[in-house]
Amino acid sequence: MNTSFLRISIWVYLAIFFAYLLGPLVIMSVTAFNSSGFPRMSPWECLTFQWFGELFQDQRILNGIKNSLIIGAGTVALSVAMGLAGALMLTQIWPKLRATYYTIIIAPILIPGVVLGISTLVFWDRINRMLGLGADSFLSNGIFLTVIGQSTFIASYCMLVLVARLQRYDMALTEAALDLGATHAQAFRKIMLPFMRPAIASAAVLAFLASFENYNTTTFTFGEYPTLTIELAQKVRYGITPAISALAFIIVALTVFFALLNEAKLKRQELVAAARKEATVEELAGKIKLPSFFAGNMAAVLLVVFAVATITVVGTATAYNPAQCIADVREQKQLEAEQRIQELRKQREERRKQQEAQEAEQGEAQSAPKPSNNSGFGNVFAPNSLGGDGDDGASDTESEPSNNSGFGGVFDPNSLQSDQ
Amino acid sequence: MSAGVGVDLENLWIRFGDFVAVRDANVNINGGEFFSFLGPSGCGKTTILRAVSGFLDPSEGNVLIGGKNMKGIGPNKRPTALIFQNLALFPLMKIWENITFSMEIKGASAAQRRKRADELLDMIALPGQGDKLPSELSGGQRQRVAIARALCAEPDVLLLDEPLSALDLKLRQHMRTELREIQQRVGITFIYITHDQGEALTMSDSIAVMRAGVIDQIADGKTIYNDPNTAFAASFVGENNVFRGKVKKVMDNEVLISTNRSGDLVARVSTANQGKMSEGDAAMMFIRPEAFTIAPTGAAGDHFVTARVNHEEFEGNAFNIFTEGEGGKEIKVSIPNHGQSFEDHTGQNITLEYETRNAVAVPAGELAAE
Ligand SMILES: Nc1ncnc2c1ncn2[C@@H]1O[C@H](COP(=O)(O)OP(=O)(O)O)[C@@H](O)[C@H]1O
Ligand SMILES: [Mg+2]
Repeated sequence: MNTSFLRISIWVYLAIFFAYLLGPLVIMSVTAFNSSGFPRMSPWECLTFQWFGELFQDQRILNGIKNSLIIGAGTVALSVAMGLAGALMLTQIWPKLRATYYTIIIAPILIPGVVLGISTLVFWDRINRMLGLGADSFLSNGIFLTVIGQSTFIASYCMLVLVARLQRYDMALTEAALDLGATHAQAFRKIMLPFMRPAIASAAVLAFLASFENYNTTTFTFGEYPTLTIELAQKVRYGITPAISALAFIIVALTVFFALLNEAKLKRQELVAAARKEATVEELAGKIKLPSFFAGNMAAVLLVVFAVATITVVGTATAYNPAQCIADVREQKQLEAEQRIQELRKQREERRKQQEAQEAEQGEAQSAPKPSNNSGFGNVFAPNSLGGDGDDGASDTESEPSNNSGFGGVFDPNSLQSDQ
Repeated sequence: MSAGVGVDLENLWIRFGDFVAVRDANVNINGGEFFSFLGPSGCGKTTILRAVSGFLDPSEGNVLIGGKNMKGIGPNKRPTALIFQNLALFPLMKIWENITFSMEIKGASAAQRRKRADELLDMIALPGQGDKLPSELSGGQRQRVAIARALCAEPDVLLLDEPLSALDLKLRQHMRTELREIQQRVGITFIYITHDQGEALTMSDSIAVMRAGVIDQIADGKTIYNDPNTAFAASFVGENNVFRGKVKKVMDNEVLISTNRSGDLVARVSTANQGKMSEGDAAMMFIRPEAFTIAPTGAAGDHFVTARVNHEEFEGNAFNIFTEGEGGKEIKVSIPNHGQSFEDHTGQNITLEYETRNAVAVPAGELAAE
């Protein structure tokens, strides 16, 4: 009894936790497929892929992605190089200085990104002026400044990742290479670098993601090269469309894809290693029997499911035409609107009769339309039934139908037009 | 056997800060010789080897390889190859890539490397294992791969840092013979480091016995065993019974020592100390367990020791008798087993006899820790 209660509460906790964690992402992803002009999940109108099309026609978004990719690549190169140098230095430095050195090199992580952004801007502007260069010089270029600014702290992240691996490196391996005739450069390239490769890959991915999502530092340095995050932030100021949901969905899908791919690869290596260990000498000398890619590899299975799903979705998207559905919805809305107008007219008729009957009490008349406020389309008309009280309500109701709760200020004008 | 390339250490000092790891080492290693440095852990053996291979600069003195001073020459330019204490095989490379790494550096083609790797794999009795990773081999196999990798570089001098210490006893004994065979086949100079006197004795042409950065004695194994220079060498190499005392009388190459607990005993002065011991000096004499025989009871003199048998141990080829001499002195005796002729002495008093030439006297000094 006690344990089952415990188990149930753990499951409930997990459910809440994951709903909290993933819920917003799921909802946002779903809104990317709803034809409603404003990103929302309910009411569901029509399945559509139009927002993806719209996304890829938005020049500012595309340009932002391009800038983000360029800056990401630059940041990866610079941060991984600096991180590796810092990590190597840490292993070489006099042991007594090590703790101090570590603190100094980790410090940028603790400094707010805003400060880093401003200081990067100020510092390079100074240098630019000292060198007597103009405002259009290389040193004041947005891409250069953003790469430099982001790398100040992303390099520290990279170093942390690289140090962890480097600590497992046996310096005797480098010595062995030297002893066998290699130069220091050869020993580094042929022995240490291959050993560090997995950590370098992790550091590069980390650096890229950190660069891609960075806003605080970039907002001071981007100059004429706004990144995707900057563009998104500016866009949201003028209202948000499901095209942004579509972008979010693509990013989520890519993340899941690469996570699964990585997992499947790791699992596969594990299985191969296990198989090699178990194999006898003769087997190895002859032909190694690799386990099939999927045997005991959950991630690989999921990956295939994922791929199939993607193909299905893309296939549907090219064949599917939501025009009919959208037209139906429009018609439906029109019908409903007309119905409402009729109702309103009737109500007004009644009210006029009531008013005539009891002239003193206006409060009662106001409370009457309120209950219809909360559900589905009903709310659309609610505010107007009050505002339009007394004069030509019909035209008023038609001009503000998509005003819904929560996002009232940022509604998209598209849905207005579709209603008429 | 080819003449080979010799190695000389001249007045070699190595310091780490104030700590002296190697103190004035002078060693001449002949070309083609199997030379061992034997000493307890921490006595500076690895340090010497690192100075020879070029990873460490001597604080003073010189390292000469083939008569050429190695000062300022890096490890990758010296004609040496080092087998590391932990082997240091490259974990991400296949066995054949490991073995032929030195060829890759020189720009050899993959086909050439494969061919050479196959030859060396045959030599170390691991044919067809070239495509494995080091982690897929056993300790003994990895050991042999490390040897092959070093030999592939065609060094004039092979340096081995306790290469067998990680192996189990059986394998260690097998590898001893194998190493010796390899050395004789390739004919190059081997400098071998070990704290295991059995290894040093079975394999080496010459042995240097080291104690805390100092080389006590350089000689062949037999001499080290039978004619140690110092109390440390006598106690570190092989088992020995030590008797402390003072020199009572000097007679040519022999001394009579008045021991603390076993009366006056006679011993031969070790060769290096002849003429250097005089009356009244603190001295130590060493008698190996197998140098004793059991004498008829009642026999007495300057080469007899009486003792009471505590317990006996049968080891197959020998009986080990643990006795307690006068004043609680422990004496170990080892009597070869010839069949049925041995009688149990437990609890009895026995008289032990030794030949004077089998007892060695040296000036009193530091003993090896047990
Ligand atoms: N790099 C170093 N810095 C300081 N002390 C060292 C260093 N290398 C070795 N030592 C010291 O020198 C002594 C000899 O070490 P080593 O040559 O490794 O001994 P071993 O005979 O066991 O191989 C040890 O006391 C060790 O602590
Ligand atoms: Mg050592």
